[in-house]
Parts: sequence; C-alpha cells; structure tokens
Amino acid sequence: MSIETLSGALLAHGNYWIVIGLMMTGLYVVIDRGNLVKKIIGLNIFQTSVFMLYISMGKIDGGTAPILDQALGRTYSNPLPHVLILTAIVVGVATTALGLALVVRIKEAYGTIEEDEILAIEHGEDDR
Amino acid sequence: MSQLLKVAEAAAHGVTESATHTAQHAAHAATPSLSLLGDNLPALAIVVPLLAAPLVALMIRPALAWSLAALAGLTTLAVTGGLLARVLDSGPIVYAVGGWAGPWGIEYRIDTLSAGMLVLVAGIGAVSLLYARASVAREIPPARASLFYSLMLLCLTGLLGMCISGDVFNVFVFLEISSLSSYALIGLGSTRRAFTAAFNYLILGTIGATFYVIGIGLLYMMTGSLNMADLATLVPAQMDTTTVQMAIAFLAVGLSLKAALFPLHLWLPNAYAYAPSVVTAFLAATATKVSIYVLVRFVFTVFGGTGLLVLEGPLGLSAGTLICVLALAGVVVASLSAIYQEDAKRLLAYSSVAQVGYMLLGVGLASPAGLSAGLIHVFNHALIKFALFLAVGAVVWRTGSAHMAALAGAGKRMPWTMAAFVIAGLSLIGVPGTVGFVSKWMLLQAALAQQLWLVAGLILFTSLLAVVYVWKMIEAAYFRPVPEGGPEIAEAPLSLRLPLWLVALACIYFGLDASGPVGIAETATRTLLEGGA
Repeated sequence: MSIETLSGALLAHGNYWIVIGLMMTGLYVVIDRGNLVKKIIGLNIFQTSVFMLYISMGKIDGGTAPILDQALGRTYSNPLPHVLILTAIVVGVATTALGLALVVRIKEAYGTIEEDEILAIEHGEDDR
Repeated sequence: MSQLLKVAEAAAHGVTESATHTAQHAAHAATPSLSLLGDNLPALAIVVPLLAAPLVALMIRPALAWSLAALAGLTTLAVTGGLLARVLDSGPIVYAVGGWAGPWGIEYRIDTLSAGMLVLVAGIGAVSLLYARASVAREIPPARASLFYSLMLLCLTGLLGMCISGDVFNVFVFLEISSLSSYALIGLGSTRRAFTAAFNYLILGTIGATFYVIGIGLLYMMTGSLNMADLATLVPAQMDTTTVQMAIAFLAVGLSLKAALFPLHLWLPNAYAYAPSVVTAFLAATATKVSIYVLVRFVFTVFGGTGLLVLEGPLGLSAGTLICVLALAGVVVASLSAIYQEDAKRLLAYSSVAQVGYMLLGVGLASPAGLSAGLIHVFNHALIKFALFLAVGAVVWRTGSAHMAALAGAGKRMPWTMAAFVIAGLSLIGVPGTVGFVSKWMLLQAALAQQLWLVAGLILFTSLLAVVYVWKMIEAAYFRPVPEGGPEIAEAPLSLRLPLWLVALACIYFGLDASGPVGIAETATRTLLEGGA
C-alpha cells in the first residue's frame, strides 16, 4: 500500500478515526483507572465520542446550516442527528452529575475515592 | 439521502404548521364515536406517572406524597389495562405523539407483546407503591420520602416508555430516565455499600446505554430512519454491510448489559442486595425484563427474526447458539453462586441472573415454542421474584437485616409472610401448580422438540440447584431455633402482607390457569415471527 492510499484512507474517514480513538481512550480510562472521579471523566470522553459520531454523520458535502431560505436549490446538512445529540448531551450531564454526587457520598462514607481502597475496606468488613 | 432531506424539510415546515395540525387533531378526536380520552390512552400511560412525579416531589408530608404516588400508580395500571383490552380486541394501536405521523414523528406502537409488558410493569409498579408506605417509613428518612416516591414514578415512566415506544431513539431516552432514577434509588439504601453498588451500576449501565446509542447511530447512518417499523423495511437491503452488522453487535452487547445476561451481570448482585427493599422488589421484577423485551423487539421486529439467530457466523456458531451457551452458562454459574450466599437479598439476586438465562435461552432456541416459553417466563419470573423480594422486605422491616441469621425463626414468628415466601419459593423451583412450572415445562418441551438433550438436562439440573438455594432460606426460617435475646419479632404489618399475598396468590392462580398469559405470549410470538411490525 502506497503512502497516498494510506493517507487517503485516513483522511477520507478522518472523523471516524477521531471518534474511534476517543471511544477507546474513554473506555480504557473507565476500566483502568481506580480513581472514581477519573472513571467519570473517562465515561464523559466515551460519551463525547458518540456525540461526535452523530454530529459528523449529519454533515453533507457542500451543505449549509439547516435554516430554511427563500433561495431554491440549496443543500442543507441534516439537523436530526444534532437534535438527537442535544438530548444525549442532557442525558450525559445528568449522568455525570449523579455520578459525582455518588462519589461525594462515597468519600464521606469511606474516606477515600480509590476503588482498591474501598474494596479493601469492604473485604475487611466481610471477613469480620 | 432523499430521506434525510425530507426530515430537514419536515422539521422546518412543521414549526409553522404544528399549531393548525394539533387543532385539526383535536377536532378529529372530538367526534362522537371516539372519545378524546380513549384515543389518547397510549399517551396517558406515560403522561400520568411522568406528571405525577414532580407533583409528588412537591409534597412535604410523606403520607400525602405516598397517596398521590399510589393513585398515579393505580391510574397507570388502569390505563395500561385499557390498552391491553383494546389491543386484544381490535389489534395493534399506532399513536402519533403530538400528531406528528411516523416515520418522522415519534410513534407509540402497541401490539400484544408491548401491551402485555405495559400491564406487567404498571401492575408491579402499582403494587410496589402500595407496599412502599410502611417499608419506606422504616428505611428512608422522612425528609426524603417524597423524593423517593417521585423517583419511583420516574423509573416507572421510563420502563413503560421503553415498552410503548416505536422509535429507537425515544427508547434510549426512556432507558436513561429509568436508569438514572434507578441509580439514585439504589443509592438510597441504608448502608454505605449502596453508594458503591449504585456507582458501579451507573458506570456499567451508562456503558450499556451508550453502546445502544452507537448501535442505533450506525443504523441511522445506513437507513436514515429511527422508526422501528420503517427500519424493518429498510434494514434487509443493508443487512450485508459491515456497518449494520456492527450495529447489531453494539445493540446486542448494550442491551445484554442492561438485561444482566451472563457474563455482563456483575452490576446486579450488589445493586439488588443493598438497595431499599421496595426498590429491589420493583427493579428485580421489571428492569431486566424490559431490557429483554427491547432486545427481543430488535431481534425480531427490526432485524427480521429467526434468520438473524440461525445465521452461521465465525467458527460455525450462530447467534442463537451463542445466546443459548451464554444463557446456560449463566444459569449454572449464577445458581451455584446463589447457593453460597449468606444474605437472602443477594442470594435472590444471583437467582435473578440465573432466571434471565432461562428467558434468553428461550429466545436463543429460535423456535416459536422457545420464544413463547421465554416470554412467558418473563411474566412468571416477574411475579415470583416480586413476591420473594416483598417477603424478604417484610423480614427486613422487622429485623433490619436480610442475613440468614435474621431469617432464623421467622417461620414461627411471621407465619403469614413466610408462607407466602414458601409459595413463591416453590414457584421459583418450578413445582407443578405454580407459575414457575408452566414456563419451565414449556422451555423443556421447546428444548426436547429440537432434540437438545443437553439443554433439557441442564434445565432439570439447574432446577435442582434452585431447590438447594430455596431450601437454604426455608431451612433458616423454619428449622433454626429462634435466637435468644434478639429483638422481639412479630408478624409484619397488614400493609406489607396484603400486597405480598396478592402476588403470591397470583403465582398460584396463573400456575393453575395459565391460559391468559400463555395466550398473550403465543399471540405475541406469532406477531414477532411474522416479521415486520
């Protein structure tokens, strides 16, 4: 494969590469990090990648903002994915807020927000 | 592409036209032959609990909040009952929300299966709310009681919405309404472990829901539609594309995570064990079932049914076989785990994971008999687990714990509660004359009809495991001596026992005369297998 076809393949689907990169980064952070706040941040990155997947999907070559104009023959970008993602963003904000509220309560109850320390405390309780 | 532009046009035009449109719609509805209320029953099923939720949150006195919440729950049950009667009488109902016709507007589409699920969810919601008064007074600080009822109603709204909606993105929104409220409800449990259980469920639940959104995004990319009936006609042409196959993979994983299909069940045991008793009973009887419903909806309505399940994949494994293997592995592993639990709620939670396996086993068999058995088990197991968790909730009300030690002597001191517990426990095992027998018998027959001897053998073997773990709790309740010097334990109050006995008697009633639910499941199976919507 020549450099041109490789870079062509990368550029033609540039948005998807970015989305996949962010998606995997976010998921990895959620799985790997023991700090509960960092898990929430990872979850946010993961969700944001999906927002970008939708938004970039609505773009049409040469399309303008979907505001109805008197001039005929115009191409508009598809507004529906944008509208869907507005809803998904609201859901994401609610999830983050609830997640952080739970982290606050966990910190109050356990004195730590590190997953391994919390598990150690819980196992200690079970053994007693 | 033309479809995309139509959407844009419809959106732009609609703003100016909507006012006249709704006026026309109202005029139509007012014709004497059709009543306004009757026409809008599908909307009422969602609007009643959704509007009641903020009103309940405003009530400062817990008793007032409870009354309003229970009233909303009963009204919703009546509405969904009306819907089921209509669907059985005159076929599926298609309702355009706000007068916007599909496939661009959001449609509520109610066929036999969704109507049955609506009645099940609303019924369990209503009984949970009736039961909640005494239980919440004991487990939730009075200052938070009204917020608690408000969350219960929101969760009910979300679950009903997932059953009623014919629009895949709308299903996601309802999924998140029910999920977010259930994370908060679980976090209200009385020990600090409720926080970690809720947090873990939040992380895994959000990953599952986001997978679902990726799946429908990929579908939208290929078809330009979000309407289930419309997708069913557009998807077959695209079935060979990688994009649609990836969409199926994302949807399957995301929904299996919410349905707690083994090995994606890790969030469930702690979430059920540490949530307040009412929440555990309500979620155990509804949440995973509704996710299974959505999964069935996608497999059969959107992706055209058994063809998808029997398609040979890599290594000669079909999706149906894979589901069967995972389901059976889940049944065996979770039943074995249940045997070793020392906490009744946790034990029953593991048993729930096992029972989810039976339901999906029915789907994986990819035969009409198997699918009917799976669907009927959704209904039957909801009743059984609801009764069991209500009984454990009554014990927790008295003793403050669901530990085996707290069950000791409960058979003598709480005879009514424990008798209902035994009935539900026998149903869980599958003793003839109870609901559990009906679904296990149908599942067994479906497996034997396909000459899957190993599957049939495993169903029987895991029923024996159920005997072991149910016996473990009954032994503790009836044969262990009453602990000396412990707190004085008497029978649970009537407001807890009445809902419990109502459900326990339903376990026997539908076990003796299963024609109602079985008829609904078989009609639903026929509709699903005919493909399309």
